Amino acid sequence: MAGWTHHTGRAVHLPLANVDTDQLIPARFMSVPRSEGYGSYLMHDLRRDAAGNLTPAFPLNRATDASVLIAGRNFGSGSSREAAVYALVDAGFRAVFAPSFGDIFASNAVNNGLLPAVLDAQGLTAVQEALTQQADCVVDLEACQLSIGAVRVPFVLEESWREKLVNGWDDIDLTLHHAPQISDYRARRAAQIWVWPKAGS
Amino acid sequence: MEMPSTLLDKLWADHEIVRRDDGTSLMWVDRHLVHEGSHHAFAKLAARGASMAEPALTFAVVDHYAPTRGRAKIADHDIARMIATLEDNAAAHGVQIFGLHDPAQGIVHVLGPEQGLTLPGLMINCGDSHTSTHGAFGALAFGIGATEVAHVLATQTLWQRKPRAMRITFEGVLGPHVTAKDMALGWIAQLGTDGARGMAVEYAGDAVRGLSMEGRMTLCNLSIEGGARFGMVAPDAVTFDYVKGRPFAPTGAAWGAGLAAWRRLVSDRQATFDREVTIDAASIAPTLTWGTSPEQALPIDATLPQLADVPADKRPAAQAAYDYMGLTPGARLVGTPVDQVFLGSCTNGRIEDLRAAASVLRGRKALVPGLVSPGSALVKAQAEAEGLDRVFADAGLDWVSSGCSMCVGMNGDLVGAGKRCASSTNRNFRGRQGQGARTHLMSPAMVAAAAVTGVLSDVREVVR
Ligand code: SF4
Repeated sequence: MAGWTHHTGRAVHLPLANVDTDQLIPARFMSVPRSEGYGSYLMHDLRRDAAGNLTPAFPLNRATDASVLIAGRNFGSGSSREAAVYALVDAGFRAVFAPSFGDIFASNAVNNGLLPAVLDAQGLTAVQEALTQQADCVVDLEACQLSIGAVRVPFVLEESWREKLVNGWDDIDLTLHHAPQISDYRARRAAQIWVWPKAGS
Repeated sequence: MEMPSTLLDKLWADHEIVRRDDGTSLMWVDRHLVHEGSHHAFAKLAARGASMAEPALTFAVVDHYAPTRGRAKIADHDIARMIATLEDNAAAHGVQIFGLHDPAQGIVHVLGPEQGLTLPGLMINCGDSHTSTHGAFGALAFGIGATEVAHVLATQTLWQRKPRAMRITFEGVLGPHVTAKDMALGWIAQLGTDGARGMAVEYAGDAVRGLSMEGRMTLCNLSIEGGARFGMVAPDAVTFDYVKGRPFAPTGAAWGAGLAAWRRLVSDRQATFDREVTIDAASIAPTLTWGTSPEQALPIDATLPQLADVPADKRPAAQAAYDYMGLTPGARLVGTPVDQVFLGSCTNGRIEDLRAAASVLRGRKALVPGLVSPGSALVKAQAEAEGLDRVFADAGLDWVSSGCSMCVGMNGDLVGAGKRCASSTNRNFRGRQGQGARTHLMSPAMVAAAAVTGVLSDVREVVR
């Protein structure tokens, strides 16, 4: 996975709280292999009416070229399905800004190069206002700052996640550097006889 | 003198291999559970040409796509392929699988405890958010995404930041027909869906001690709906009795060593938590959700809030929920007609849940159709030995095989568009049980009460 420090794109505002992973991708699409692409499933039911037609008023249907999502509280709550992140990434999104995120969603996002950035209430209001003027924005992972025109808003991101996004690090590679500590630990754990599943069950 | 520590501190210290300068810990995984949805993770492993580090510590389970009828020949190609893919991956890596026809088949969070794979003091992971269920045993258990599942497959470890510790204490005694489900929906309604974000919740107090393992699992299961990735209960005699004699549980000297290790898994008296909440158990009524988020929950005897009475930041969500659910502010919950009912899931698909529902249904007829899917084939067998299947059938409900079923609908058990379902599951998200489905979460006894009256009802009135 390639790292990144700056992203220039267009932002779209989705003023909804609690957009859960079942909204991000309904369960019925999850048996598809990733190689087929998940972008067309993103918020599949949320952006359509009962007859299955795209609702023109839905923000994501208007801004089809958006790569930065400004969302409401508790974004990505619910299940651990990483497919929710695949749908965003495959639809071209690089960053999501929200006041809070579902924990598992946020770590899944970082594992796929998607930025889950936390905005405070003041920042969110400033971004919303700026977006009424223009959608072009710059995400700066070095300064932890989102710029829309002259408006600059800081965002919060855990440092270990920032480094991972910037460097495009892969956890398995990092972990293998700790092989000696892991094998020491395993030997200690093995001495605790109750820990291991009873053989031959 | 040693610093007083919480249960979380002790479990964390026991599993931490390395802590980086940035505060992220490399943790050892004692048990790893995979299901059909884990195909992405196996594909990632294959893409790197990597092999599994510890195949003997991973167990595969067919549950999410498991057909609950007509298992001999699966008609749907996608479902058959999902199950076959898991079987193939398990075979390729030498992982033990509980397949569709295994006498112990069941939902991963029902099967793990039942088989004694879940023990106090372990770290347990699964690519499923309700992995918090296993914390009921005093284990460190949490759901992970596919990239993390691949990491566990390849290394048997996980990078994780230690969450903050939160304790929810339920003091006193629950009222009649009030259950662990009501405790969980109650605290989530009170604190909100992000009330425990980034926290590991330890449940304590007399009302928690008084719960069976089934009840404790229900409580821990729903932690994620309040934003917590972890839920846990300190192990005690109830825990040890449940574990003893299970197929994979330790025996002989290992059992003694286990008991000695497990008895220290309590929060020290002087330990401090980042957040403490105390709830009076006697104040909890049978509770159900009315909206599309678990925090939109109320006692059954409540009326639906007027929008003006909803906090401003939650008003748009309440309005949207009313529209989706077809409900009106100011209306009473009691008496709202339901179209169907569902009993099952990893939240409330255990034997105690089926007994509670059956005790309401016995000698009564359901006025609406409904599905009863036991949490595992062993729960099914036990229920049949007790004659509960007859109670459900006599009431007019369908008694089917075990799996995730209508909790998520991946196997084709769906609620129709616009239909209102009284459900013992864990998520009332829009479309969770099917496109346009209207889900009300509640306890199994409350589901049974809705079945026999055809409307949302207070189980305490129904059984009177
Ligand atoms: S029963 Fe529902 S919540 Fe539980 S594991 Fe299955 S799909 Fe997930």
